[in-house]
Amino acid sequence: MTATLLEFWNGLPEDFRIPVLILLKIVAILVPLMLSVAYLTFAERKIIGYMQIRIGPQRVGPRGWLQPIADALKLLLKEIIVPANANRFLFLLAPVLSIGPALAAWSVMPFGHGMVLANVDAGLLFLLALTSMGVYGVIIAGWASNSKYAFLGAMRSAAQMVAYEIAMGFALVGALMAGGSLNLGKIVLAQQGGVLHWFWLPLLPLFFIYFISGVAETNRAPFDVAEGESEIVAGFHVEYSGMAFAVFFLAEYANMILISTLAAVLFLGGWLSPFEGTGWQAYVNWVPGTVWLLLKAAGFLFLFLWFRATFPRYRYDQIMRLGWKVFIPITIVWLFLEGFAILFHLQPWFA
Amino acid sequence: MPEIRNLTMNFGPQHPAAHGVLRLVLEMDGEVIVRADPHIGLLHRATEKLAESKPYNQSIGYMDRLDYVSMMCNEHAYVLAMEKLLGIEPPLRAQYIRVMFDEITRILNHLLWLGTHALDVGAMTVFLYCFREREDLFDCYEAVSGARMHATYYRPGGVYRDLPERMPQYQPSRWRSARDLKRMNRARQGSLLDFIEDFTERFPRYIEEYEALLTENRIWKQRTVGIGVVSPERARQLGFTGPMLRGSGVEWDLRKKQPYEVYDRLDFDIPVGTNGDCYDRYLVRVEEMRQSNRIVRQCVEWLRANPGPVMVADHKVAPPPREEMKADMEALIHHFKLFTEGFCIPEGETYAAVEHPKGEFGIYLISDGANKPYRLKIRAPGFAHLAALDEMARGHMLQDCVALIGTLDVVFGEIDR
Repeated sequence: MTATLLEFWNGLPEDFRIPVLILLKIVAILVPLMLSVAYLTFAERKIIGYMQIRIGPQRVGPRGWLQPIADALKLLLKEIIVPANANRFLFLLAPVLSIGPALAAWSVMPFGHGMVLANVDAGLLFLLALTSMGVYGVIIAGWASNSKYAFLGAMRSAAQMVAYEIAMGFALVGALMAGGSLNLGKIVLAQQGGVLHWFWLPLLPLFFIYFISGVAETNRAPFDVAEGESEIVAGFHVEYSGMAFAVFFLAEYANMILISTLAAVLFLGGWLSPFEGTGWQAYVNWVPGTVWLLLKAAGFLFLFLWFRATFPRYRYDQIMRLGWKVFIPITIVWLFLEGFAILFHLQPWFA
Repeated sequence: MPEIRNLTMNFGPQHPAAHGVLRLVLEMDGEVIVRADPHIGLLHRATEKLAESKPYNQSIGYMDRLDYVSMMCNEHAYVLAMEKLLGIEPPLRAQYIRVMFDEITRILNHLLWLGTHALDVGAMTVFLYCFREREDLFDCYEAVSGARMHATYYRPGGVYRDLPERMPQYQPSRWRSARDLKRMNRARQGSLLDFIEDFTERFPRYIEEYEALLTENRIWKQRTVGIGVVSPERARQLGFTGPMLRGSGVEWDLRKKQPYEVYDRLDFDIPVGTNGDCYDRYLVRVEEMRQSNRIVRQCVEWLRANPGPVMVADHKVAPPPREEMKADMEALIHHFKLFTEGFCIPEGETYAAVEHPKGEFGIYLISDGANKPYRLKIRAPGFAHLAALDEMARGHMLQDCVALIGTLDVVFGEIDR
C-alpha cells in the first residue's frame, strides 16, 4: 500500500510535487500554531485566574478544556458589524493585514536542526520586516473605524511600535553580530556548547531589551496603551466584532508566540538542549530539539501572562521615553561593546 | 490653510473607567486634555425630595443608596441629624457599634476605591485581591442586618439590634470540597465579634499585599506621582474634604476635630500627605485603612467587655421588643404608631456631619414639627471633588484623566443623589 502510494507520488510531475509539499508543511506549522493560540488564551485565563485567587474557566468540557473552542465558535457565529461611515474595504482589510505577517513570519523559524519551512539566509531581516508590517493592520483598523477611540488607539500604537521596532532591531543586530549570520538556524548553531554559551549571557542587556520591546511590540500589558482598556476601551479594535475581532485576537497571540520563540532562538539556544556539555546530556538525548524550543518559548509566554497580572499600564509618553531615551542608547552602547568583544575574540562566545 | 481644531471626546457614561455614570466631555489637543467637562445627573433619583414625602424613619434606607459603597456612613449622618433634633443620645454600646461599622465601612469603601483605581491604572490583580476582603466585610453587614449592602442598620436612638452571637457559616455544596468548606468557615466558628477580630488580625497582611503590588512599583509611581496636584490652599477653596484634603497636607478630620459618637475615646492617627498628588492620596487612603483597622480592634475589645442595650428605651422613637408587643397593649400601640405614622420631630433645623470615607458627608435637616422633614439637604463630598476635575485634569494626558477619576473616589449615587 505504502509502496504504491510512494510510486504514485514519485510519478507526479516535479512542478506539482513541490507546491504540494510546501503546502503540507505550511499546514503542519499553522494548525499547531492556531491550536497553541487557542490554548494560550486558555492558559492565560487559567494562569491569571490563579494569580488572582480565582479559578478561571472550568465549565466547558472537562476542567474547561473546551473553552477556547467554545469561544471560537461564538465569535464565528457573531455578526461582523461595519460601522456606518467606516471605510468598508479598509475596515475589513485591516485584520487581514494584521494576521498575514503574524503567520508569514513563521516560515523562517527553525524548529529543529534543518526543520524550517524556508531556510532563508536573510531570515532575521525577513522577520524584522514582517513584524513591522503588523502595525499597518492596527493603524488602518483605527483609521477605518471612524471612531475617536479607535483613532487614538491607532495613533498610539503607530508611535509606540515604531519606537520599539528600532530598539528591537538593534537588539537583533546584536544577535546577528554574535551569530555571524542572518540565518536563524546558523545563529542557533553558533550557540552550541551549553547554557553558558547561549547568547543571553554576552548579550544580557540586549536580551532584556529585546523581550521588553517584544512585549511592547505585541501591545501587551504593561505596554497595552493601544488597547488601553480603561481609557480608550479597546483602542483600535473597539468597533470590531465577530470574526474580524477574532482575527486581531489571533494575530496578537500568534505574535506573542512568535516573539517568545524568537527570543528562545536568538538568546536561549533555540532547539539546543540546556544540558549540553554536562553529564546529564546522556539522559536527555532522546528528547527532540523541538521540545526544548517549545519549553523555552512557553517560559517566555508565561512571562507575558505574569506581566499582565502584575503591572499597571504605562502612560503613552512614558512608553515613548522608555523606548527612545533608555532602550535605544543602551542597545547602541552594547553593540559597540559587543563589537570590541568580537574584535578581541572574547571566549567562549566569539571564537 | 486647514483649520485645526481640538478633538472633542465623549468619555462615558458607558465607559469602563467612568465609575458608574460619569459623562465627561473632554476637549483634547492630541492626547493632552485642554478642558474636562463633567456632566452629572444621570443617576438623579430625587432622594432629597423623596425624603420630604416619607416619615423620618422610612428614609434611612434611601441613605444607603446614596453612596452605595459606604452605606452605613450615610445612614449615620442622617440618624445623627434626627437624634440631634430629637435631643436623644443612643446608649454607649450602640455608639461603639456604630463607630465599628463606620470603620468597617471605611475599609469597604477604600478597598473598592483601591481596586478600581488600580484597575483604571491597569493593575487588575489588586482589584480581585480587594474584593476578596470586601466579601468578608459584607458578611459582617449581612450578619447584623440581613442585607449585604443596603443595611438600614442605624436607627434613631441606636442600632437595629445587637451583634449576633453566631457568625453564619458557608453550607456544603457540590461546588466546594470539604477542605475548602473548612477553610472558608475557619474564622466563622464563633460570634460576629470573633470574626471581625480575626479579620483585623489578617487585614494588615492583606494591605501589605496590595502595597507590594503598588507602592514601590515604578510604573505605579510614574502614573500617580505629580498627577493632579492640588495645593492645600486650593484644596480648601475647592471645598475638598476627607482624604482629598488630607492628601494635600491639611490635617482635617471630623473624627478628631468635631468628635461624634465615641471617637474621642479611641486611639487613632490621621495620615496626611505632602504633595497633594494622586500618589499621596493613595498613601493616605491606604494608611487610613490601617487606622480603621486599629479602631475596629479597639471597638471589638470594648464591645466584648461591655454588654448592654443598643437602643434607647423611649418607644416613641424606637420600636418596642416583639415579645412585649404580643402581650402589652401600650407596646402594640407604640409599634403601630411608629410603623404607620413614624415619629414627629420638634420644629428646628440642624446640620449633622460625619467623616465619611470620601470626606464630610452632612445632612441639613429642617423640621416643621411634622413626621416628615420639611427639607433635607445632603452635602455629598464627591460633588465638590468632581467639580475640581477640570482644574486637576488640565494639561494632563488622557490616561492621567482616568487616574484622576480614580483618585477622586467618586460615586454617582451621592453626587447625583
